[in-house]
This record gives sequence, C-alpha cells and structure tokens, in this order.
Amino acid sequence: MSPINFVYLASVLFAIGAAAVLLRRNAIIAFMGVELMLNAANLTLVSFSRMQGYLEGQVMAFFVMVVAAAEVVVGLAIIITVFRSRQTISLDEPTELKG
Amino acid sequence: MLSVSWLLIALPLLSFFVLMLAGRRADAWGHWAGVGVSGATAVIGIVAFFEMIGRSASDRAESVHLFTWFSGGEFHLDAGLLLDPLSLTFVLLITVVGTLIHVYSVAYMEHDPRRRMFFAYLNLFIGAMLLLVTADSYLLLFVGWEGVGLASYLLIGFWNHKPEFASAANKAFIVNRIGDMGLILAMALMFAHFGSVTFAGVFAGAGSASPAVLTGIGLMLLLAATGKSAQFPLQSWLGDAMAGPTPVSALIHAATMVTAGVYLVVRSGVIFDGAPDARLVVAIVGAITLIMGALIGSAKDDIKKALAASTMSQIGYMMLAAGLGPIGYVFAIFHLVTHGFFKAGMFLGAGSVMHGMNDQVNMRRYGALRSAMVITWVTFGFGWLAILGVPPFSGYWSKDKIIEVAFIGEGWQPWVFGLTALIGAGITAFYMSRLFFMTFHGKQRWTDGQHPHESSLLMTVPMMILAAGSALIGAILGIGNRFQHWLEPVTGAHGPGEPVLAVPVLTTLTLLLVAAGVALAYWMYLRKPVPIEPPPASLAVLAARNDMFQDSVNRAVFQLPGTHLTRTLVYADATLVDGAVNKQASGIAAFGEATRRFQSGRVRSYSLLMLLGFVVIAAILVMGG
Repeated sequence: MSPINFVYLASVLFAIGAAAVLLRRNAIIAFMGVELMLNAANLTLVSFSRMQGYLEGQVMAFFVMVVAAAEVVVGLAIIITVFRSRQTISLDEPTELKG
Repeated sequence: MLSVSWLLIALPLLSFFVLMLAGRRADAWGHWAGVGVSGATAVIGIVAFFEMIGRSASDRAESVHLFTWFSGGEFHLDAGLLLDPLSLTFVLLITVVGTLIHVYSVAYMEHDPRRRMFFAYLNLFIGAMLLLVTADSYLLLFVGWEGVGLASYLLIGFWNHKPEFASAANKAFIVNRIGDMGLILAMALMFAHFGSVTFAGVFAGAGSASPAVLTGIGLMLLLAATGKSAQFPLQSWLGDAMAGPTPVSALIHAATMVTAGVYLVVRSGVIFDGAPDARLVVAIVGAITLIMGALIGSAKDDIKKALAASTMSQIGYMMLAAGLGPIGYVFAIFHLVTHGFFKAGMFLGAGSVMHGMNDQVNMRRYGALRSAMVITWVTFGFGWLAILGVPPFSGYWSKDKIIEVAFIGEGWQPWVFGLTALIGAGITAFYMSRLFFMTFHGKQRWTDGQHPHESSLLMTVPMMILAAGSALIGAILGIGNRFQHWLEPVTGAHGPGEPVLAVPVLTTLTLLLVAAGVALAYWMYLRKPVPIEPPPASLAVLAARNDMFQDSVNRAVFQLPGTHLTRTLVYADATLVDGAVNKQASGIAAFGEATRRFQSGRVRSYSLLMLLGFVVIAAILVMGG
C-alpha cells in the first residue's frame, strides 16, 4: 500500500476535525475536533517521514503530542472555568471579546 | 531746545493719556489742558527754530538719540529724532496751526458732552504727527504714520452715533491701510537691500543700489503717500472724512495727515533721485489728482466737501512738484506751508458759517452771509485770494513757482505737466470763487428760522491769525528765496532751470486763467440766481458730483474681483480639498464599520476565518511555488 494513502486519510481526518471545530457548539466536541486535526497533522508528518526516509517527521510527531497534551490541560481548564462562571459549555454564548 | 525735542511728542501723548484716564473729572479743564499742551509744543518748536537758524547752514541737522529701541543679531535700531530744516518746518506748521485749531475747537465743541475726549484725540493727532516728521528712521516714522491713522479714525468717527459717520471713519482707516502696505513693503525692501531702515543708513546705501531696487522702493513709498495724502487712486476717503467735526477737517487738511505723503516723498528724495521712473509716476499721480480734485470741487454743493476736493487738488500740486525732483522739492514744501495757513483758515471759516447756520452745509442754502458774518467773510476772503494765487497773497508765491518748475524739463514732460498745472490754476479759481460767491454773496437762500450770526472771539481770533498768515507768509518766505535757502541743507542746492516758456509769460498766463475762472464763477453764480435744487446736469458734472465714481470704480476693480476670488476659493476648498479629505475619512470609517462586524466575539467564526486565511495563504504558496 502506497504511503500516500495515509496522507489522504490524514486530509480527511483534518477536514472532519475542522468541521467539528467550526460546526459544533459544544466546547468538548470542538476540543475533540482540535485533537483530531492534531492527529491528522501527526499522521501527515509520519507519512512524509516514511516516504522521504528521514526521521525528523517522526520526532516532530512526538513534539506535537507533547504540545497536544499541554494544550488539553490548558483547554480543559478554560472550559471548566467558563462552565463554572456561566453554567454552559456552548462556544457561542461568551462573546465578551467582541470588538 | 533741540535736545529736549522729545517733549514735542511726549507732552501731547501724556496729555492724551491724562485726559483719557481722568474721565469726567477732566470735563471742566480738559480742553484747556489740550490747548496748553499744544501751545507748549508750539513754543518748543519756535525756540528750536530760532536755535537752528542761529547755526551755520552746514550745521543745521541735529540727531537726538533717545534709547535703543531693539537690537537682535546684527540689527540695531535706536529710537532717535532727526531735526533739520525740513522736519522743523513741519513742526512749526503742525504746532502753530494745530494750536490755533485747538483754540477754535474750545468754542466750536462747547456744547459737546465729550469735548474732553475730543481734545485728547486732537493731542494724540498732534503727537503722532510730530513723531512722524521728527523720526530718524522709516520704522519710527511708521509709528507716527499709524498714530495719525488711528487719531484720524477716532476724530472722523467722533460723532459715530450716526452710522454714516462711523462708516466714513472706517473708510478712511481702511483705505489708509492699503497705502500703509506700501510703506511696509518699502521698509522690507530697504531692509533686504541696505540692512537698515534709518534715513542715514538707507540714503547711504541708495547711492550704490541698482535703479530697479530704488524704483521698487520708490513706487511702494508712493503707494503709501497716495493713501495718506488722498491721491489718485486712493483719494476716495477724503470727501467722506468730512463727517468729522470741522476743526478735525482743518487739522487733517491743513497741517497733518494729508501732508504726510508729501513729507515722505520729499524726505525720501535720495531714493527718488536714483529712480527717475518712480519719480515720473509721482508727478503723473500728482497731475491726475490735481485735475481730478479740481473737477470734483467744481461740482460739490457741500461746502466742506468742496474744500476737501480742493485739498486733494492742492496736494496734487505738491506731489507734482515733488515728482519733478530736487528742483521741485522746495516748492512742494513751500506750497504745503502756505496751503496749511489758507486751507486751515478756510476750513475754520466754513466751520464758523456752519456754526451760524445750524450745521447747514449745503451752499445752495447759503448766500448773502457777508453782512451777517463780517469777520468770517473777510478772513475767508483772504484764504480765497491766497488759494487763487493773487499777488501778493501767499498762494501766489508757492503755486506760481510750482507752475514754473512744472514747465522746466525736456521733451513732452514740461508741456504736459506745465499745462496741467496751469489749467489746474484756472479751475481752482473757478471752484473757489464759486464756493465764495455762493456762500457770502448773492441773494439769501436760508430756510426760515435761521439767524446767521458771527461766531465768538475764541473762534474768530484763530481765523484772523490764519488769514494774516494767508496774506503774508508767502511773501515773508518767498522774497529773496528765503525758504529755498532754509531748506537747502535737506533738498540740496540746484541751479535755476529754464522753463520752456519765459517766466513773465507764465505769470501772465496764470493770472489770466485765474481771472477767467473768477469771471466764469461770477457769471454763473453771482449774476445768475443760484437754484436751491441742483439743476439737472450733464454726465461730466454728474461724475464730478459723485467723486468721479471713485467708489463704484473701487468696488468694480478691487472689491468685486476679490469677492469672487474668495467665493471661488471657498467653493474649491469645500468641494476639492475638504471634499477629498472628508471622502477619505468617511471611506475609512465605512471600511471600519464593515470590518467591525467580523469581530463578533464568537470563537467558531474566528477559527473559520483562521482556516480561510490558512487556505488562502496555502493556495498562494502552492500556486506561486
């Protein structure tokens, strides 16, 4: 099986993740979309790494995982804080940052 | 006395401030204070004159340093006075005639509740005029120049509760400002080219300056002189200025304000000597004004306006003489002095007539005042004979000399200027006789209830003194060319030129024309009855009655183009400049309004925008890459 198929899969995953972020109001679901997009990025990195015969992509994927883990910590904290103050996890409710 | 000549300026100014600050408390004595101060300046002037005349001719100039006015960088200017025969001549004329007018005003303004202020203004006028003629730099002269402008504004508009009087004062002030621009520009040119505005510095530099520079300065000085001396084309304010109390008219016309222009031209003789073109323009302006004023004077029915037109015309004679160069300077000043006496006398006479006729100024309502006002009639008659140039009255000595020098020269100039001056003498004889006959002779045309009577001694004594001056001053100064020798240190000596016509011929011609003018006036205004309503007139007479349509011309030539220009500019500014800027601003505002909608605060729309942005950037990279 050609490695390029992994890239196609990654594109599809990324699109699904982006759609989840853009379309779902629920912050947790949107968060999962973000994770999906990150995983798609990881898959791309690994695929290209395999295709080119270099290890850098694999290493980068580890970095992304670390960043994703950190991001989850911060993101969940924000979501919980927002929920505490507003009793909602809808992304459309808080619009205080509006210009 | 020369060293304390600063008192000439300080005393009137002090009196002005005291009278203004003292308020109503000065009502009882303010007018006498004004007279006293004016008299004191006359005494200082006379003593200074005798001190000067005791010196040798080469030593007749005294510089009095007052204080350093300002200094910056390499430029220093001292406030200093220059007393030489020319400025002393003016000092004497201003203070002596001015004092007589002050005395006269005590009685003339007796019933005016603001008499104190009137005298304050008169003193300001005298002080400013004395500063003008004694200053040793153009800049200090300018201070006096503006001072007389201010004082004339205050005095012409003294009865400013009448709107037309107030507007006459405004007119005098504004027209004079136009002329003042000339003086400012002249000073700027002097400063740029000579680095100095003192007489000494400018005249020293003028010797080596190019004719073009001198011509520019000369023309600017002439512009200033036309404004102050009511010469063509800035003469329109003088007739309206008659709105002021009559003593003011006498002061403005005889001794101060309008003579300042002649003084400026003669004082700047060195500059004009280096700029023959500018000098020719001076002579032409003088000649035009001379004829124009005489024609206007022939048609006016208002006694003061007829006299005002006469002043314009006589100053025209002086400007013409000044424009002829060194040969004419002395006679310009000579005529100025004699004119100061006879014109002041006639103005005071006119005031006396108005006083007796309940402020009636229309000569068609006078007539047969001779028997009711004998002193006024006699004193006015002296002035009349003097301005006609009947020998041995003073006008003969000065005006005939101007006619003589106008005939000196080469080419077309002596014929044009000479004949202009000659014809002017004839017209002068006509309109002055017309004025004299209409006022004092013929049938009485008063309205019922008028009881003309002679004025009090306070008014008639100054008139008598001025009448004596009108009769004698010309002969005193003219015989043996005394005045010429007196002014020589300033105007320089010059060989007697040869007129293109012999002098006896000229004298005869002048006297014949004068006699013809008197005869014409006699026939028209004494033999024939004078209609009370002005008869329908030809276009020429209408033009003269309306000051040659000067106001309309000014409006059409200067005011309307300016108005249209500013309106166009305002429109262009509103549509083009403001329009462009405003459009830009509103465009930016609209753009901001549109982009503001993207800032919804919604996280998901932000992330959509980020995604779109990413896609666009990626697309560009892929396409371009």
